[in-house]
Amino acid sequence: MKEVINFLLCGVGGQGTVLASDVLVNVGLAAGLDAKQAEVHGMSQRGGSVTSHVRWGKQVYSPIVGLGEADILLAFEKLEALRNVRALRPGGLALINDQAIVPLTVTSGGQTYPADENILGAFHAVTERVHFVPGERLAEELGNLRVANVVLLGALSALLEADPALSGAALSAETWLKVIEERVPAKHVELNRRAFLAGREAVKVADM
Amino acid sequence: MAIKKMLSGNEAVARGMWEAGVQVASAYPGTPSTEILENFALFPGVYAEWATNEKVAVDVAVGAAYAGKRALAAMKHVGLNVAADSFMYASMTGTEAGLVIVSADDPAMHSSQNEQDNRTFAKFARVPCLEPSDSQEAKDLTIAAFELSERFDTPVLLRLTTRICHSTSAVELGERPELPAETKPFPRNPAKYVMVPGNAIKRHPVIEERIRAIAAYAEDYPHNRLEMRGRALGIITSGVSYQYAREVFPEASILKLGMSWPLPEGLIRRFAASVERLIILEELDPFIEEGVKLMGIACEGKSIFPLTGEFDPSVVRQSAVRAGLLPASVIESAAPPDPGPLPARPPVLCPGCPHRPTFYVLNKLKVPVNGDIGCYTLGLIPPLSAIHTCGCMGAGIAVAHGAAQAGSPERHVAVIGDSTFFHTGVPALLNVVYNQAPVVTVILDNRITGMTGHQQNPGTGQTLLGKEAPVVELEPLVRACGVKHARTLSALDVDEIEKTLKEYIKLDEPSVLIVQEPCALLPEARKKWVPLEVLADKCNGCTLCFRIGCPAILKSEELDEKTQRPKALIDASLCTGCEVCAQICPRDAITFRPDSIFV
Repeated sequence: MKEVINFLLCGVGGQGTVLASDVLVNVGLAAGLDAKQAEVHGMSQRGGSVTSHVRWGKQVYSPIVGLGEADILLAFEKLEALRNVRALRPGGLALINDQAIVPLTVTSGGQTYPADENILGAFHAVTERVHFVPGERLAEELGNLRVANVVLLGALSALLEADPALSGAALSAETWLKVIEERVPAKHVELNRRAFLAGREAVKVADM
Repeated sequence: MAIKKMLSGNEAVARGMWEAGVQVASAYPGTPSTEILENFALFPGVYAEWATNEKVAVDVAVGAAYAGKRALAAMKHVGLNVAADSFMYASMTGTEAGLVIVSADDPAMHSSQNEQDNRTFAKFARVPCLEPSDSQEAKDLTIAAFELSERFDTPVLLRLTTRICHSTSAVELGERPELPAETKPFPRNPAKYVMVPGNAIKRHPVIEERIRAIAAYAEDYPHNRLEMRGRALGIITSGVSYQYAREVFPEASILKLGMSWPLPEGLIRRFAASVERLIILEELDPFIEEGVKLMGIACEGKSIFPLTGEFDPSVVRQSAVRAGLLPASVIESAAPPDPGPLPARPPVLCPGCPHRPTFYVLNKLKVPVNGDIGCYTLGLIPPLSAIHTCGCMGAGIAVAHGAAQAGSPERHVAVIGDSTFFHTGVPALLNVVYNQAPVVTVILDNRITGMTGHQQNPGTGQTLLGKEAPVVELEPLVRACGVKHARTLSALDVDEIEKTLKEYIKLDEPSVLIVQEPCALLPEARKKWVPLEVLADKCNGCTLCFRIGCPAILKSEELDEKTQRPKALIDASLCTGCEVCAQICPRDAITFRPDSIFV
């Protein structure tokens, strides 16, 4: 395993990146690793671009990940994925929610939302390991758009499992689910479980 | 074995307060400090409150500490500007029990108007400054701050930064000590506690002697830690920068200062003598660096590392390579290609935000608008573009007044939120009335302190501890200030807001419009969300609804046959049904709510 594994999560304020990074840091701890997480609150949460950082390792110092030092980019929105492409180290893993949230600068400001091929092209300049997951569609099928973040975590768990050289720790789906279940209201536990498992299935299907 | 738990720095400070036996805490919400009080308030039997502003919070904590109870006041960095007067006298008087002031600084201004480095306040006030580097230290140094405060009869500044407050790492939990049941009699000691000139002049030498004594104590302070590794490079650092030092310079020796003021001169001299090259790694001001240079010790700091913004491992690494501290090979590879200019995504007023109609109308009226600090500062963002000045909490009303008194030919408007009005707006409005300027003040009352994440305030009827409180009504308060022209409207009623503002800007006297509607994200507001629809056969792509800057209104792929412009489309997953777009649509192409009051 790498000495430290760096995750950068990005998305739009309100998409649930804070819960996702909270889950991720606690999964690291549950796996017996040192883990740190950093995020920002306040004004940037009002529909703006947001990022949060999670690091796992035997000993983690900095809570934040430097530019070009992320092993894994977990993007909750496509434009935000592209905005953070330079965060990823060459050969790193990008997991992108196949969802566009159009900013006002496009709706009323005359700017253009980037096309899918441009997004993919930018990532391919850095890495071949790019996975798109239909988080929004799967969450909609489960009846609650707000669980798209947990769908993404499910997909991430399957990708980490497939690449033990990266994650090191033996992480079962149950470890993740336990951490998730501790963080969601009791009445939503089953919904989140299904969202997590749907995310795991999504990357398996995509990779075949 | 002690229990370990993942805590944010703010949660860890709250835990430290609990374990230090703090009994009274007061704060005004402000990012990145807010969760300290929110978490402390969850412990049983403690007293915690939202004060109306940071100065009040410090005075409350001082009063509790005079009364013999450990007390703490927390705020964001700029809050200490508001509280500076109180901070300064608290240093002069000292207290009967431990007093700690938390300043949560915001390097990189994630959610602030500046990135001032508040360590300077500690030096200015002759009080010690402690700086944790992670959550464990946030807890430990909170406890240590109370011990230091009582040992030297001084307030202590606990200085955090965003990356401490909002980073999560493991913390070992301890227990709360047994606290004495009785309260000591309140001190009758005017020579110490009444700062009239005759007493204050005797106190000044006392606090100068005190800070010298603390500097001597700092020489062996356990939280000032020497980590000797290689001799080639020595780093003096504090706060989160310590983590970057460990990450980027694994071979270097480090003097980690848990107490960054006053500086331990002997320890620094010995460290400097034991390394070949001495650098200071600190975010923002060259605070430690200047102190070390005043000792006549050669060192480098801001000649290598940035003065502005926050650090991260790559910033530190790149600076180190440029200065020849590290070989170029430590930077993995050339930076990946820049994806080029992308559509920006600044924070925006949420769908359904009750502030939107006011800014839509103000934009239409083309008046100068003096803003304030809160979510509503986002009225600045195009297409609303209706904030022209904004400096700090409570500034807008007085800035409008000053512009009016200077003979600015247009009618000046000030916009301010409910919580900000209680914070520092009231004295400014009194000044408008007393000195008579025809300023139009709009109070955007969303029934909560919004931007920091829904904290209670004097207008909400509830305290931080969940107790019922009297609701301070704004219109009677404004009238009691002497305002003759005051009206309260629904914040979503576009026509009435426009009519009233047009009337008020013609007046030659002060006026106040209160627009009221709960924040769309409050639980009770969420229950009423009903998405609206665009009737595609009626919409002709006139784009008027795009001008309210609502994230739920999108451009459809369908073009109008005549105009060849895209029709509007509402994202049902975002729309709350506030009906602002429906009210302004000239073709009735947007549906209203079934329970609409605007049809």
